[in-house]
Amino acid sequence: MDVGQMQRQWIDYTKSLFLEGFLDGQFLQLQQLQDENNPDFVVEVVSLFFEDSERLLKDLTFALDQNGVDFKKVDAHVHQLKGSSSSIGAQRVKNACIAFRNFCEEQNTDACLRCLQQVKQEYCLVKNKLETLFRLEQQIVAAGGSIPTELSFSG
Amino acid sequence: MESMKQRNKGGSRRSRISALIVDDDAVVRKIHMMMLERLFNMDAKTVSDGNEAVDMHRCGANFDIIFMDKEMPIMDGHEATKELRGMGVKCLIVGITTRANGKDGEEFLAAGSNYCFEKPLDRTKIERVLQDHPNFTTT
Repeated sequence: MDVGQMQRQWIDYTKSLFLEGFLDGQFLQLQQLQDENNPDFVVEVVSLFFEDSERLLKDLTFALDQNGVDFKKVDAHVHQLKGSSSSIGAQRVKNACIAFRNFCEEQNTDACLRCLQQVKQEYCLVKNKLETLFRLEQQIVAAGGSIPTELSFSG
Repeated sequence: MESMKQRNKGGSRRSRISALIVDDDAVVRKIHMMMLERLFNMDAKTVSDGNEAVDMHRCGANFDIIFMDKEMPIMDGHEATKELRGMGVKCLIVGITTRANGKDGEEFLAAGSNYCFEKPLDRTKIERVLQDHPNFTTT
């Protein structure tokens, strides 16, 4: 595959992530912050997000597995995950967190457990999608190309 | 506001806006730092808790704008805001929360913050603050 084909593939793939709701405009803002002085900014931020999310999901799994669930603690973890997912534009994770917090307020353990599964699923999906996107970027750069900077949603 | 950089009447060089980002989330700190520095040429620093922000000011630190998260360990954003106002800190304080409408927003504003925005902080929200305060310069 030549560089042009890879770049077109990158554009189509990125568009699909927005159209399917995995990402929102906040991710575009992150891409706009990246330049030749900070070529790895998006990857760095998203890697931090992965590390944080995995820790939080582990903490949430543990917290909801206790006999007397501390819903204040659960809510604090979900709050943090909602904040970081919205900051990188991981829209579906953020939306799953919103539903989760409502059930925390109701102190509904069963519903919280279902929400945790939903959040985990959305997190895994967006992680796989972003890793695919970053692999494609590495291939473009390795082939001597540059990552497209303009995304048009009209076509 | 008195503590803000005043429009320079002589037309000489203005200094950069200084900003403090207060957030316990490393992802958010990194994004906000980059956004403030790259898009608005601010001189930004970060701390991870409201208590650290208060301590910094007790030690004499001074900023033009503080971007304050709501829920943090040790000291929440609205508590830190109240503490800072009690100490006489007059800079702009921008509260940021996952739920700006309702209790979070009310608590922030009652504590003395000038704004309360819903996460994520983005270019448009920062521009709104700067438009309301033309004394600030981003050049």
